[in-house]
Amino acid sequence: MSEIKQVSGTCIPLILDDIDTDRIIPARFLRCVTFDGLGEHAFEDDREQNPNHPFENPKYQNSSVLLAGRNFGCGSSREHAPQSLMRWGIKAIIAESFAEIFFGNCTALGVPAVTASSTDVDELGRRVEADPQLEVKVDLVAKKVTAGDFSCDIDILDSARDALLSGQWDFMTLLLENQEFIKQTAEKIPYLNQFA
Amino acid sequence: MSEKKNLFNKVWDLHNVGTLPTGQTQLFIGLHLIHEVTSPQAFAMLRERGLSVMYPDRTVATVDHIVPTDDQARPFKDLLAEQMMSQIEKNCREFGVTLFDISDSRQGIVHIVGPEQGLTQPGLTIVCGDSHTSTHGAFGAIAFGIGTSQVAGVLATQTLALGKPKVRRIEVNGELNPGVYAKDVTLYIIQKLGVKGGIGYAYEYAGDVFDRMTMEERMTVCNMSIEGGARCGYINPDQTTVDYLRGRPQAPQGSDFDKAAEWWLSLASGPDAEYDDVVTFDASDIEPTVTWGITPGQSIGINENVPTLDSFEEDDRAGVQEAYEYMGLEAGQSLKGVKVDVTFIGSCTNGRISDLREAAQLVKGHKVAPGVKALVVPGSQLVLKQAVEEGLDKIFEEAGFEWRAAGCSMCLAMNPDKLKGREVCASSSNRNFKGRQGSPTGRTLLMSPAMVAAAAINGHVADVREMMEPVGV
Ligand code: SF4
Repeated sequence: MSEIKQVSGTCIPLILDDIDTDRIIPARFLRCVTFDGLGEHAFEDDREQNPNHPFENPKYQNSSVLLAGRNFGCGSSREHAPQSLMRWGIKAIIAESFAEIFFGNCTALGVPAVTASSTDVDELGRRVEADPQLEVKVDLVAKKVTAGDFSCDIDILDSARDALLSGQWDFMTLLLENQEFIKQTAEKIPYLNQFA
Repeated sequence: MSEKKNLFNKVWDLHNVGTLPTGQTQLFIGLHLIHEVTSPQAFAMLRERGLSVMYPDRTVATVDHIVPTDDQARPFKDLLAEQMMSQIEKNCREFGVTLFDISDSRQGIVHIVGPEQGLTQPGLTIVCGDSHTSTHGAFGAIAFGIGTSQVAGVLATQTLALGKPKVRRIEVNGELNPGVYAKDVTLYIIQKLGVKGGIGYAYEYAGDVFDRMTMEERMTVCNMSIEGGARCGYINPDQTTVDYLRGRPQAPQGSDFDKAAEWWLSLASGPDAEYDDVVTFDASDIEPTVTWGITPGQSIGINENVPTLDSFEEDDRAGVQEAYEYMGLEAGQSLKGVKVDVTFIGSCTNGRISDLREAAQLVKGHKVAPGVKALVVPGSQLVLKQAVEEGLDKIFEEAGFEWRAAGCSMCLAMNPDKLKGREVCASSSNRNFKGRQGSPTGRTLLMSPAMVAAAAINGHVADVREMMEPVGV
């Protein structure tokens, strides 16, 4: 599992609040048994209704950092949402805040989801719009985002940051290590032991 | 000794396997529910790594999201749906997991089936690859939704890596007015605390109103916790909980049941329990509530008007403007009289027998307004069977409703039941997001099943209280 310390690339701004997972990946695309191919359907309905949608805009096509508003990824637990963003090319997300399940799903995929203040998000958004080729660097070690002469602090849950930095974001390996403790815990849970 | 731990902390501590190097808790999961949408990739991950399911008897599967509710003949007409169906059948067979498939009388929406079978019990940790898993909190369980990678983790290890949330107690005291249902209570709470208000919290619902509620009403409330941002919501177990579980197929039987009940009741938060936050509401302030926007927090009492832009914080106004435009509603207008094209009674929020009874009582002797497509979709095969025994299907059909087979149906766009174009749907489900009901421009108004029934008959949004017979004098 690889250590994720920084992600850099061009940035796609989508600074709206309460973007839910139904919008990120409409439910009809969940009729699938693998995550392959979900990338091309990211924001499909929003893109159809709005030809100016950033995910439709050629100048943002090769972006790897997504810039978003508050409560990004609210709604369903579908991992299809971060999967579709990741397969579209997103490697890190900066937002004012995230919905909880979505945040966990991102971390489990090795996609850092970091928060910045609304002023910083807006300012970075302005700069990216002015210069879509601007290289944005999300630095998990320094907890900073830099882009040209712009720089701001970012935040991320300590446990998620540690997991990404140490390459343990695929928690399956961690969980599997504790088989013995799992069994010991099960032995003291009343409903697994006839309520004795 | 006074007990400071609330239920959440008691149950959490009991299931704590240890602290991971990331600082998160490794939490043992007592019941893992799975369905066809979020599990195929998880089983694929197990195969890739050569892993098996650690506790297959703590894992139960059902099918709900993609199930057609009219023609259920196999293979399904939708080949993608058929493929998902065969996949879960194959996975459950191969990994030794019990599956309630559509030929099984126990099949239905995962959050309806768990409680119905008595699988859902107080004191359990329950997860499912579905955000409305919070429903099971109605029993005093810690229950929440997870993503597919986590589904794989739970299958392989029966555990999950998780940070511990804070606990907020939400008290609603006093008496609810007639015509005000559990759905209105939960919409009201979300409106007051906001769709982001619960992030980082588990909600404990307490006070007179929840104490008096039936288990089905409690499930409606806990179901919607996630719409308020809280991944998990619960109600302390009491005699109502114990009575509901007695005799259910998967509940403890005989003398085990009494031992179980004693343990369940001991888990409830006591009078000295501590919380990170407490908020209190007055039940009499709650009216039949309807959403007007594109998040479940954008709702009003039926006698209120769509709020004006300047009543919102500066920061929220862009979203509010987007909601007006998408919904085709104007600030200051009433929702009463807004024409509906479709009405939907069903979903894991309000697809239980008490919901159907409530709606049937209102529609009896009336007709669905011309031009309205009205659906009633029981949440499970057992709900359907019970409804048929009580003659509810006949009442609905005589009134002009379509009576369907069990499934998620028009709650989300994964099966043939979908809105078309900009249709407006009065819906008893839980999400009014853009495009949620299958048309990218379709519009959803969330409300109680009784209010949906009233909308179906009037052809527009109406105050259900005007249809109810005056009670006593
Ligand atoms: S009824 Fe709706 S919310 Fe509930 S599980 Fe099905 S799709 Fe999800």
